Amino acid sequence: MMRRIAAAIAFVLTACAAAPAAAERLVVSLSNHRVAITSNFDGENLVLFGTIEPTDSKTTLRQSYDLVVTVTGPRHTLRTRRKERVLGIWVNVDAREFVRVPSYLAVLSNRPVAEIAPPDILRVNQVGIDNFLLPQRIGPDVADTVPDDPYRVAFVRLSSQQGLYRESGAGVTFLTPTVFRAAVPLPAVVPTGAYAIDVKLFADGALVARTSSALEVVKAGFEQFIAEAAREYGFLYGLATALMALLTGWLASVIFRRD
Amino acid sequence: MQFYLPIADMPVNIFLVLAMGVAVGFISGMFGIGGGFLMTPLLIFVGIPPAVAVASVASHIAASSFSGAISYWRKRALDMPLALTLLSAGIIGTASGVWLFTMLRSLDQLDLMIGLSYVTLLTIVGGMMINESVRAELRTRKGQPATLRRPGSHTWLHGLPFKMRFKRSKIYVSAIPVLAIGFIIGFIGAIMGIGGGFILVPMLIYFLRVPTATVIGTSMVLTLVTMASATVMHAVTNHLVDAVLALILMIGGVIGAQFGARTGQKMRGERLRLLLGLLVFSVGLRFAWQLVVQPDDLYSLRLVGAV
Repeated sequence: MMRRIAAAIAFVLTACAAAPAAAERLVVSLSNHRVAITSNFDGENLVLFGTIEPTDSKTTLRQSYDLVVTVTGPRHTLRTRRKERVLGIWVNVDAREFVRVPSYLAVLSNRPVAEIAPPDILRVNQVGIDNFLLPQRIGPDVADTVPDDPYRVAFVRLSSQQGLYRESGAGVTFLTPTVFRAAVPLPAVVPTGAYAIDVKLFADGALVARTSSALEVVKAGFEQFIAEAAREYGFLYGLATALMALLTGWLASVIFRRD
Repeated sequence: MQFYLPIADMPVNIFLVLAMGVAVGFISGMFGIGGGFLMTPLLIFVGIPPAVAVASVASHIAASSFSGAISYWRKRALDMPLALTLLSAGIIGTASGVWLFTMLRSLDQLDLMIGLSYVTLLTIVGGMMINESVRAELRTRKGQPATLRRPGSHTWLHGLPFKMRFKRSKIYVSAIPVLAIGFIIGFIGAIMGIGGGFILVPMLIYFLRVPTATVIGTSMVLTLVTMASATVMHAVTNHLVDAVLALILMIGGVIGAQFGARTGQKMRGERLRLLLGLLVFSVGLRFAWQLVVQPDDLYSLRLVGAV
């Protein structure tokens, strides 16, 4: 027992000694960890607050920092289809499958990510939509392509039009040099499930600290009841809908009866 | 007032959807049709996913045809044995339609299939209606009776075996064309999200010589049962029926249908058929336009599966 504690202390000491550069840490708090979709849901804006703190009393904070907040929604698989003219009409001729990509992806930063760090650092840390891994099924392989691949560009554009993908160089505001706030906009069509929030702190083009948080989007009350009924009890749900139709039709014929 | 639809996964304006229900209901009451061929495209236009639109409109048509069928039943203008015979094949048609619907969706060709069937069906049926009613109009101008007497001569359809007698419609025909018509209506109804009343009525008149007195009531019974079963089948196989959307449409639809029916009764039959023909034909052209003109975005997304 004593030896184990001693080993743990030794490990912590070496860990601290090995990473003297990790002098800052991030403390973040989210305004709401559980977004409920109710019948009047029309999108929601979440706010993430945070501060940059020194890890111990000896370190002094730097003059300026850059912050990138990446929010990813539950993963899903989508097909991006391309139309072409065949015999005079427009037909889907080709499609690429995007495998297990985030259904929601927001990259928020205090200035455009390209200005924050050199391209290789951004790529290694998957900062920005262009550097985020979006695997596609190409033949037998699953791999990401170059950012200007036409299917990838179309996929990001269509997702952005729905408000599900966004990259904003003005999404993070520094209230003081060490206190920041980020607005996370969730559109009305936001998918339900678990969301991950990844906060990365950069200084002088290098990653100096990171932390994470999470939230979930769930259907609540009536919406949850209907969605679950349709999924779990398809037959009964269909029967109930058909009966509702008959009832409405019968009521109308009674109310508007003229003879 | 915005309301979040639980299956379509998007908020809609209740009053907009209600107004669409009333407008389509007005037309359906006026012409004695279900109005699915107008409602489904309208829903797709306001952003409802096509598959959800097709599946949900089925229950809306079931509601409006049930209220119609009840009033025809009271007037005894309904041939139940004929409707049941059509139905036995109609159910099989609906099941095959729902199956093909599911398969085409997985092949990325559902939108094309829906588009093509709308173009073909609507332009042909609309064109035939316009042609027929313009001729009738011209005959009245010349002082002849507007409608020609139904020819008593038999077509080749009457030579087929398995003859059945339908007393209320006063017809004696082979079961084969009756079953074939039932199957076709059930099939295209499930794929296109339409009741098929506007195709069924001419088919019953021209092929089976069903008299106008019983044709609309009978067609409504068929529409009612195929659409009610399409609702259940779509719910079981695709889980895409949005009951909330359907309810808003139904309420609007049955109200609109009452006013439409009153307007329709004040108009002459030929004039009414010409209007319906023009309407059907222009919706068909609208779909043709969409297929031929280059779309704004050549790319589109489709969800394969949530992980």
